[in-house]
Amino acid sequence: MANGELGLQGIAKTFRVDGRLLPALDGIDLQVTPGEFITIVGASGCGKSTLLRIIAGLETDHAGAAVHDGKTIRGPSLARGLVFQEPRLFPWLTVEANVALGLENAGLSRDAKRAAVSEHIALVGLTGFENAYPRQLSGGMAQRAAIARGLVNRPGVLLLDEPFGALDAFTRTHLQEELQGIVAREGITAVLVTHDVDEAVYLGDRVVVMAPRPGRITRIVAVDEPRPRSRTAAALLHKREAVLAALDSGGRGRPEPRRLDAPDEPLRQPAAAIALQGAA
Amino acid sequence: MLSEFAMSRTTATRIRRGLTLPVLLLIVWEAASHGGLVDPRFLPPLERLAGTAWREATEGRLLGDLAASLARDLVGFAIGTVLGLGFGTLLGVSRGAERLLGPIFHAAKQVAVLAWIPIISVWFGFAETAKIVFVALAAFIPVALNTLEGVRSASVQLVEVGRALRFSRWQIVRRIFLPSAAPAILTGVHLALIYAWLATVAAEYFMTVGPGIGGLIIAGRERFQMDLVMLGVVILGCVGFALNQAATAIEARALRWRGA
Ligand SMILES: Nc1ncnc2c1ncn2[C@@H]1O[C@H](COP(=O)(O)OP(=O)(O)OP(=O)(O)O)[C@@H](O)[C@H]1O
Ligand SMILES: [Mg+2]
Repeated sequence: MANGELGLQGIAKTFRVDGRLLPALDGIDLQVTPGEFITIVGASGCGKSTLLRIIAGLETDHAGAAVHDGKTIRGPSLARGLVFQEPRLFPWLTVEANVALGLENAGLSRDAKRAAVSEHIALVGLTGFENAYPRQLSGGMAQRAAIARGLVNRPGVLLLDEPFGALDAFTRTHLQEELQGIVAREGITAVLVTHDVDEAVYLGDRVVVMAPRPGRITRIVAVDEPRPRSRTAAALLHKREAVLAALDSGGRGRPEPRRLDAPDEPLRQPAAAIALQGAA
Repeated sequence: MLSEFAMSRTTATRIRRGLTLPVLLLIVWEAASHGGLVDPRFLPPLERLAGTAWREATEGRLLGDLAASLARDLVGFAIGTVLGLGFGTLLGVSRGAERLLGPIFHAAKQVAVLAWIPIISVWFGFAETAKIVFVALAAFIPVALNTLEGVRSASVQLVEVGRALRFSRWQIVRRIFLPSAAPAILTGVHLALIYAWLATVAAEYFMTVGPGIGGLIIAGRERFQMDLVMLGVVILGCVGFALNQAATAIEARALRWRGA
């Protein structure tokens, strides 16, 4: 099993929007130990998805270094799985075939693939929908299929971008448990972005709090509570307060939960952000 | 039950509507040629047409001509479609290919297809090869164009999923670009099927006379046998209609994932 150690040193990323420079991330430093569960919270637009994409290797044009098990990340790898913020299912494939995409290059036998696929479809509660097409799924069901696609390959590092945002409370709780179980059993290193502070505290060994313009880490809250955790444990409520306070002191208010299918919000005052950043 | 009933009724209505005009035309045709409205030498009555059809089919060259035309059509169509698919995909996937071949292609596609006949005749002679090249060209253009558009319209987000899953270039083409392009490709193939048939007729008209429905019509014109000419025209129409129906059915089946 791969170690799953991650190192981020001085990560900075600037987008060019309309000829203007928009600093999305600046000075991100973070060391993640193998098997650690990191959760990230922060206001919309503070660069959480961008950070995950950098770790995934989809975004390579950035400053600073992203290192996975001692090797600089220069592109995607099957050792790092990414569940995108949107389901991104292939509309012409059934649920089953979509999940199997995760194993396309895994080099498993046909039978092993089939077994893994149906196991993960059951895991996310989509049994009976194997042959459904994405257009026949609800938003939450589509997201669950995407989670199954991300998990099926059992990557050493699992990156999840608001995976449970579109789910009902019951399914969300169930999948949180399942995810936590898999990650613990297999020693997977997980980085999960969420807008839900309770979720961040419940799942995370450490909660990374980010603030926008430019996206940066303002605080890291360690949650030492042993697992299995009780959602109502006093220690967790305590950490929750700490995270909320850190979010507030970021000066941007608390993150509001967003619907998954809501359109991305327009860039807010990039000019001001640029002025702040100078010609970085 | 109710919806089934409703469906069969709409189907019946659709068929009735579709048949109304052709049947009316046939009646007018029949009445006109019998009623002395037109010279029956110009517009032979239907029963004479049927008689000619029967005679030509049993002892004449009709079936041979039809087979020759269809073979020409399908061979040209197949060649043009395969090449168009490859060419369109290449242009859609590779920036280098687009830069190198794109301008020529986009200029060439503006030339009316009939205008290629003299060039193809010079390059490939007037015989069978030239006809098939012409039919293939007629099929190639819509397939290449629609494939290109389709591949271009592939979602960047899905390509990223492929990249994250370490798809090879070929896997990205086969698993993402081509399925994304499938609706456009099928439109192109559908058009190609129609254009190829038109081109078959055009080739038979404008290139050397040989076996084929076009040849049959020319023969009818030269001998002033209007019934033969009309027969040829009716067959051209029927084949075109059948090809169109088949393409529509295949398209609907292949794109089931898009739903209603
Ligand atoms: N491809 C891009 N081109 C230009 N700007 C981008 C691009 N991707 C992201 N950005 C900008 O970078 C900033 C960070 O975006 P990112 O998607 O990482 O935010 P986020 O923290 O994930 O937000 P959310 O919680 O809404 O998902 C935003 O201001 C966004 O407009
Ligand atoms: Mg995001």
